[in-house]
Formats: sequence, structure tokens, C-alpha cells
Amino acid sequence: MDDATRLLISDAVNNQPQSTVTVLSSLLAVEDAIGYIPREAVEAVALRMDATVNDVWAVATFYPNFRFEPPTEHRIEVCWGPSCHVMGATAIIAAAQDALNLPDEGDTPDGKATLRYNTCLGACAHAPVMAIDHHLAGRITPESARERIATALESGAAH
Amino acid sequence: MSTQTAADFDAILAEAQRRWQSLTAGDRPWIRIGTGLAGEAAGGFEVVAAVNAVLAERQLSANVSEVGTLGLCFAEPLLDVQTPGGPRIFYQNVTPQIAQRIVSQHVAGGEPVAGHVLGYLGEPDAAPEGIPNLNDHPMLAQQQRIALRNAGHIDPSDLYQYIANGGYAALSQALTAMTPDEARQEVVTSGLRGRGGAAFPAGVKWGFLAGNPDPNKYILCNCEEGDPGAFNDRGILESDPATVVEGITIAGYACNANRGYIFIRHGHNQPIDRTRAVIEQAYELGLLGENILGSGFSFDVEVALTGDSYVSGEETALMEAIEGKRSMPRYRPPFPAQVGVFGKPSNINNVKTLAYVPEIIARGGEWFASIGTQPDPDNRINGSSGTAILCLSGDINYTGLIEVPLGMTFRQVLFDMAGGVPNGKRMKLLQTGGPLGGVLSASDANLDLILDFDVFRAAGAILGSGGIIVCDEDTCAVDLTRNLIAFCQYESCGKCFPCRMGMSHLLEVLERISNLQGTEEDLALMRNIGENMQAGSLCGHGQLGFNPVSSALRYFGDEFEAHIREKRHTGDCPELLISPRLTRR
Repeated sequence: MDDATRLLISDAVNNQPQSTVTVLSSLLAVEDAIGYIPREAVEAVALRMDATVNDVWAVATFYPNFRFEPPTEHRIEVCWGPSCHVMGATAIIAAAQDALNLPDEGDTPDGKATLRYNTCLGACAHAPVMAIDHHLAGRITPESARERIATALESGAAH
Repeated sequence: MSTQTAADFDAILAEAQRRWQSLTAGDRPWIRIGTGLAGEAAGGFEVVAAVNAVLAERQLSANVSEVGTLGLCFAEPLLDVQTPGGPRIFYQNVTPQIAQRIVSQHVAGGEPVAGHVLGYLGEPDAAPEGIPNLNDHPMLAQQQRIALRNAGHIDPSDLYQYIANGGYAALSQALTAMTPDEARQEVVTSGLRGRGGAAFPAGVKWGFLAGNPDPNKYILCNCEEGDPGAFNDRGILESDPATVVEGITIAGYACNANRGYIFIRHGHNQPIDRTRAVIEQAYELGLLGENILGSGFSFDVEVALTGDSYVSGEETALMEAIEGKRSMPRYRPPFPAQVGVFGKPSNINNVKTLAYVPEIIARGGEWFASIGTQPDPDNRINGSSGTAILCLSGDINYTGLIEVPLGMTFRQVLFDMAGGVPNGKRMKLLQTGGPLGGVLSASDANLDLILDFDVFRAAGAILGSGGIIVCDEDTCAVDLTRNLIAFCQYESCGKCFPCRMGMSHLLEVLERISNLQGTEEDLALMRNIGENMQAGSLCGHGQLGFNPVSSALRYFGDEFEAHIREKRHTGDCPELLISPRLTRR
């Protein structure tokens, strides 16, 4: 791990703006700063919170927010909650899998993109919904999902 | 120590009114653009960028505000232009190209752009010819907006706009003219029932905390809204967070509590950023912190974030998450009013519940109690006062967020207001109350159900969070039930085995039935699993987790039998069954 990343982790853990600082808030701060939770971050959070490394891992592995390898360039999320399901989310997921050449959730082997299923992205009135690099897009069709993914892949890395 | 007094509130109010006057009737037009979550999904931020670009290019001066949602989500991105002193003209489904024309033609030239106008709001005599009054739109016409009174109208990040529209009068009144007990009594009188799902009387719940002599007590506001199909809590916080901040402060006063948390899921940026913005301004104006308005009452509020976990909406799991741990429910007793977050007495209310509180204090508990349904002990109806804040999604013409008096029928909401099902199809199924709620048939009897907590419970559904997903005739009840259980299985926290294993087992059986490989014994097997989950689970997730299946069997038993006996699908059943692998276990 390079020094710059180490510094980002330390800054995220030690300079949280809110007054209640917890293991979870520290992990979320690291995830926001560098997009994943490396072993060094778990140790930094444990030190800051006077917790054990095990305590921190317990929290980090519980919430699906966290990933433990460096992020890919783009994060593609497709909602499969009931509102989106009724409005055709399955076809969107199939289109996204096809566009990324992935059989399921996960990272593409070239490190370009991550596909995640999301239980609710919060814009149910515009179902089906997807999010590309945390930006919501609603009333998606399989065609528009393919186009949006292609546009994202052609653009530079989001992170 | 703040030296603010009640008289200083008059000065704050005067400044707020001066700013509001300058926005609505000053020297430049005011453009408001919906950028809540639905607005964002529809492209609202691209519209904001386009508007700002044209204004800069043509060197026009105008105020541009990002607002929350008016509730007409189907029409997002919604943009409205108010020329000084004039009515607001609303445009629907605005694209960056349409936005450019609106700026060039309407903002610069005063001439509304035909073809995209949805309606106007303001004085009828000032309205341009041929443009309908937006309040006559079927989706708005029958609304009674209390918690949503400011949604879509004010800049949610600007506390002065909230104050100019009547905000903080209630807190000022409570602090100067009421004892804590009188403030709480007003909420008891209002009959306000908790809007998080359990529908327990809020004033009574406050009493549990008020009676605890501990000097450190917490009020927790729950916006952990993982319910698919329900977006009203986020809708309120992204449109008018100040009403919740004022509500939690009043709750703190009424319960002698000194600290509050507003709990929002990480990643829902509009609710998070906008709530944090008004909290910061409330501190600056002396409406939070030490000695609020010279009353001697001190209260602190902060936003706490959770990771993605549906169960952290459960009250004790929420406390675990605030403490930074895995959001798994605790054993009760002790109850939160004795031992809550950080070991201190705590009270938890839903966003909607707290959003009503300022208006209840300002207009009186009797006023709120007069809205809604009255008690009818013979039929085990306790009465549901106030309004229902409903989220409409799925196969329905007007999707969005509405606030209507309790006591209206489903039919009025779904047909008169939301315009029924598109493409001439038949309404088949209604999914209410989130994934732990019910799957109802859209039968005449169910459409005649009135919006009332107890009436819904008797029908096998939950009004709960207010999410209503409408499905047309193409939806397969078995497939939807499988999707709901896949959600519940994914979101089970895993602490107690009846829920952890029960959900997995139910999903396995439902996938089998969906694949036309179910057997005669499967229905009895699911009922057996459901009974065990209900009896043995620690929290509502497992206790209520069989609801989708039991209600689907009640109303659509024939579809399950068609899958099992006749090996026949009963709607558009996708071949790909989505059940995420990356679960938390």
C-alpha cells in the first residue's frame, strides 16, 4: 500500500465531522475515501476505536456496503426490489450481465466494472431503476441499460 | 451558552419573511427544480446544469433552487418558474433541451413554453389563460398535506424558507407557553399513531421515556427506509427536513431528553446532506444546542448513518447500528425506554411521526384528531387520526407520493387520484406495507377497504410504511411472492435461526414452485415453516416474514395450485430467478 492511500485512510478515520464516532462510521468514512476496506484500514479503525481487529471485521463483513479489494473503475447497480421487479428489473439485470459479460454479481476480469444487485435504490416511482457510479437513472429499458453501461465504460474511471 | 430569547425568534422570523418576500416578489424570477431521488432518476441534475448554463450564457439573473418532491413523481423532472409576484408555472418531464427553451422564452421573455406545462399554483386571477390550476390535478385535488406541507415548495436546505412558511412557531410556542407534559398531552390528544409500522400511540410511547428520571435520554428518528416501494421517509427528509428536526426537538422537550439522532442509510445523499444542512443552520440560529430560545431547554441533534441493512430499521437493531455494531436486534426486556442506545433511556419514532408534531403543537391535538377515522370498539377499530402518506409505484398511471386523510378508500386513491392502471389493463394485485406486508387481490372488497391501521390488519395486510405497489394482470402472484421472500431472505440479519433458516427454506420452496417443480406437500411445508418463524423469531422480520406468503395463499391460492398441479405459469414469470449470492452470511 502506498503512502498516499495510507494517509487517506488515516484522515478518513481520524477527521470525521460528526460528534458520534463509531466502528461503523469509521468504516463508512474509509469506504467513501478509497472505495474499499483494506487490512490496514481495519487496523486503523481498531486503533482509533479501541476495539479489536475481530470486532471491526465483524462489522465490516455484516454490511454489504463494504468490499475488501480495490474498486473497479465503475460501479453498476441494478435494483431488484419488488417495485422494480414488477416493472421488469429481471430483464435489466440480464441486459447488464450481458453488457458486462458477467454471469452474476461481481467484478469484470479486466477491472473495468462491478455489477451489484441492490434491494432498493429509492426511486421506486421511476422503476425499474439502476445506478451508475452512484448516479440514479429510472425507467430503464434493457436497451437504455446497455447504452448507459457502454457510455460509462467509454468514459474515464469514476474513482 | 446561547443568549437567545423568545423575542429573538421574532427577529429570526422577520429576517426569514424578508428573504422569502425577496425570493417570491423580488427583482428576479425564481426557478425551482425537483432533485429528490425520483427527480435525480428522471434526470433532474442534468436539467439544473442546463438551466444554469443558459442563464450564464445569456447573462440572465434568476434564483435557481433544487427542491425535493411535490409528490408528482411521474412528472419528474418537474421545473417551475415564478416571475416576481406572479404564479408558479410548472413544467413536467423536463429535459435539458426543454429547460433551455424555458429559460430563453419564459424566464427571459415572460412567455410560458406551450406543450410541456402541467399547471400553475398561485392566485387564479393572475394565472395565464389556458393553464390549469395544478391543485385541480387528480393527484393533488384530494390531498390534505400536513407532513408534506412544504414539500416541493421550499428549498429544503434553507432553514429560513422553512421558518418563513410557519416553521419553528410550534417549538417557540411549546418552549414559552407549555410545560413538557402539556406538549406531550397535546400529542396524546391528537391520537397520533406511530407511522413506522406498529401504529402505537406516539404520545403514550413518549410517556414511557418522560417518566424515566435519567438525566441523559435520547430521541431517535428512524429513516432506515429499506422498504422497496416506500420512499416517504426519504421523501420528507429530502423535501423538508426541518419539520423533522423541529419535531424531534419538540419530542425532546416533551420527554425531557437531551440528545437526538436522525438515522439515515449511507448513500441516500439528498436526505443526508439536506438534513445536515438544516441542523447546522438551526445551531447557528440558536434553535438547537444549549438553552434554546432562552428557555433553559438544551437539545443536540446529529445525523447517524447506517450501512445497507433492512433490519436496522428495527428499533433495537437501530440502536446497535448507532453504536457502530452489526445491526442485530436485542432481547427485550429491558425495553428502550429503560435501556436504549449507549445504555441510556431512548425513544424511537419514525420520520413521518415526527414530521406531524410541529403542526400538532401549532394547531392543537383536537384538530389532528378530527382528521381520519374515529374509534369503533364494536369492530375492534381503535381509530386512526391524521393522514396517510402513501407511495404509489408499479403499474399505475400517476406514481408518486401523496398525503390523504385516513378513512379514504383504496379505490379513491388508486383510481380517482392515481388514474388506475395504464394500457387498459386490469388491476390484479396490491402489495402494501413493504416486503413484510401483504399481497392483496384488487377485488372489489379490498378496493373498498378504508385506509385505517386496524382495518388493514384485519384484511391480512399492513398499512405500515405506506408503500403500495400496484400490479396489473400480467404479474404472477407466485413470482412476486418469491421476489418478496428473496428480499426477506437477503435481509435477514442471521441472529436467530427461525428467521435465518426459515427464510432460506421458504425461498427454496418458492423457487421450486416457480420452476413448476413444486409438490402437493409444499403448501403445508411453507405453512409449517411460517408458524415456526412467527413463534420463534426475535424480531418482526422473522415474526412477520411469512405475511407475504400467507396473504398470497389467501388471495391467490389458485395460482399456487396452478403452478404445482397443472405445471402452468399464471403471468409473466421470468426465467432468471434473482436471488443474490453476496449476502451477509
